Amino acid sequence: MARVELESVSKSFADTTVLSGINLDIADGEFLTLVGPSGCGKSTLIRIIAGLEPQTSGQIRINGEPVDHLRPHERRVAMVFQSYALYPHMSVFANMALPLTMQRLSLWERVPLLRLFSARRRRVMPEIRREVQSVAAQLQIEPLLNRRPAQLSGGQRQRVALGRAMVRHPNAFLMDEPLSNLDAKLRVHMRSELTELHQRLKTTFIYVTHDQVEAMTMSDRVAMMDAGRILQLGTPAELYARPSNLKVAQFIGSPAINVLPVRIGDGGMVELPGSPAMIHTSLPPGSAASIGLRPEALHLLPSGSPRDGAVLNARLRRIENLGAECMLHFDLLALPGHGVIVRAASIKGLSVGEEVVLGYDIASIHLFDAKGERAEVLPISAHPAQREAATP
Amino acid sequence: MPCLQRAITRVLIHGVLMAGAAFMLLPFVWMLATSIKPPEEVFSATLRLLPTRFFGAENYSFALTQAPLLRFAINGVIVCLGILVVQLLVAIPCAYALAKLRFPGRNLLFVLVLLALAIPVQVPALPLYIALAEMELLNTYLSLMLPFLFSAFAVFLLRQFFKSYPDDIIQAARLDGMGEMEIVWRIVAPSAWPAIAAFSVFSVVAHWNDLYWPLIVITDGGMATPPLGMMLFADAETGSNYGALMAAATMLTAPLVVIFLFARRWFIAGVTMTGVK
Ligand SMILES: Nc1ncnc2c1ncn2[C@@H]1O[C@H](COP(=O)(O)OP(=O)(O)OP(=O)(O)O)[C@@H](O)[C@H]1O
Ligand SMILES: [Mg+2]
Repeated sequence: MARVELESVSKSFADTTVLSGINLDIADGEFLTLVGPSGCGKSTLIRIIAGLEPQTSGQIRINGEPVDHLRPHERRVAMVFQSYALYPHMSVFANMALPLTMQRLSLWERVPLLRLFSARRRRVMPEIRREVQSVAAQLQIEPLLNRRPAQLSGGQRQRVALGRAMVRHPNAFLMDEPLSNLDAKLRVHMRSELTELHQRLKTTFIYVTHDQVEAMTMSDRVAMMDAGRILQLGTPAELYARPSNLKVAQFIGSPAINVLPVRIGDGGMVELPGSPAMIHTSLPPGSAASIGLRPEALHLLPSGSPRDGAVLNARLRRIENLGAECMLHFDLLALPGHGVIVRAASIKGLSVGEEVVLGYDIASIHLFDAKGERAEVLPISAHPAQREAATP
Repeated sequence: MPCLQRAITRVLIHGVLMAGAAFMLLPFVWMLATSIKPPEEVFSATLRLLPTRFFGAENYSFALTQAPLLRFAINGVIVCLGILVVQLLVAIPCAYALAKLRFPGRNLLFVLVLLALAIPVQVPALPLYIALAEMELLNTYLSLMLPFLFSAFAVFLLRQFFKSYPDDIIQAARLDGMGEMEIVWRIVAPSAWPAIAAFSVFSVVAHWNDLYWPLIVITDGGMATPPLGMMLFADAETGSNYGALMAAATMLTAPLVVIFLFARRWFIAGVTMTGVK
């Protein structure tokens, strides 16, 4: 149970900066996910929190206490590694008991042979055995306690790694892509199991993944990282609905958001590609920008319906039928070389090569400036003069 | 057709390898054969592998009764084990530090280890001898072991092995509360068994068979290791009784062969895994 705070944490290896000025305040019992593309510094950050790697500057506090001077085990956090990192020559039981024996037995009570003479060890070990067994029961790995890690499947190793983290009731669980070595089906299963585990233990979880589905489905809050910075921190819903950056918008959501280039015209009017409708922004005229449209924001307009709203003329290139829904891939007629994906409930009698009109609500547009920062779409009605000037 | 071709290449390869093996085994086989020959057949002009008259019992009993073979063997065991144990106690933590810990001067230290590999024992032999003589340690086990206690080769070999040990496991151990020494001995070293076994075979064979250093520091026959003992034995009692000499040699090499047979699997695994040939 712990609140974990990071204050302007930075890290450089030699002369490459890997993390710059990370601020995070993770509440007690929160499930926070660090997500981002490969090499953005997620593992480095979680290892700094664990104390396995010193930060170059900044401070880390657990429950309000600075822990920068503490060694990894003194921070009382547990880590689950992508590779599981089980001790290969020890049984599952020994693997899970190790953190406890390290805590409760002195050095000479752990030395082979010598330890046989310790009366205290004989008292403590049954206690440890009981605790390990109760955790093993929770994870349904009791029958495996006498096996070696090499004799386990990937999913079983994963559970053992979890169990080893759970036995010592840590302040926080740090998990570095714990599910990425599992096959797709098991990953989905372990995802819900981890979520349930978090709800039951009510411990702080800091979870690293590059899988946006894991980030969206498991977390209380998500911190999206890129190139050593946090681009956006918020609930999964916030990141989806109001991405603060084009990279966030593109990373979160599957299929990915449709991005189309636009130019900012006079007075901040933005002409939407292939459509008479316009939006207004405070971005400087003449600059390049882009708009993002989620696949579910687009819909097929029935032929003959009025076309004065925001529309895109498109030709159907490919249909991906997922059963419950289908993804329609369109080429845009007004923007050669660009396409959009539309999420639809059914194929609606469409055939490949057909030309259709796609409509969308102006409120669903995400506008990003040339650097990828989110820009506000202003209501056009607020600027009647410009509206008149721009519409012929 | 490619099938036949492959069969032919295999036959060729195995033929060459077997010829090489036979060539290397020949002296050994000759030693075994001579050890059961009577003296007159050892020098007979006709070349024959097996004796016409079996003389093994006489040769072996002569060697056993006339030379303190057991004494030599015990000396050899004490010296080889002493050297090996200290070498491992020193080299395992050193190799771990060079492979897995980051500290200033690490690369320089590793270069020094590589340099040490290139220096044969003959180079520091004289100063070592003088130092041992000054300390009045000649004719002791310590003098036999001292130059070999710190093995650059062991550090090098084990470092290569430890380098490939997963960092995640070491970090998990740190999070579980282990100190570096405990990580070395309880986590990393147990998985390095093949490399340790391979090195042990190298080390024991080298020091069991070493004649150069014992010749320098040992003058007392009671402290002699097997090869030196053999030499003293050849000089003193047997003269030209080559049958008995070979019988003694057979008995003194036998322990090595037995060790190697037991450690063979690990030895091969260790040698191939660390890329040392
Ligand atoms: N010991 C090191 N020395 C130098 N650079 C390093 C070191 N460790 C990591 N880096 C660099 O730091 C950057 C971030 O690495 P990190 O492992 O944190 O990425 P990540 O976000 O976890 O990526 P992935 O999703 O692939 O695991 C990378 O560019 C990497 O090359
Ligand atoms: Mg990583």
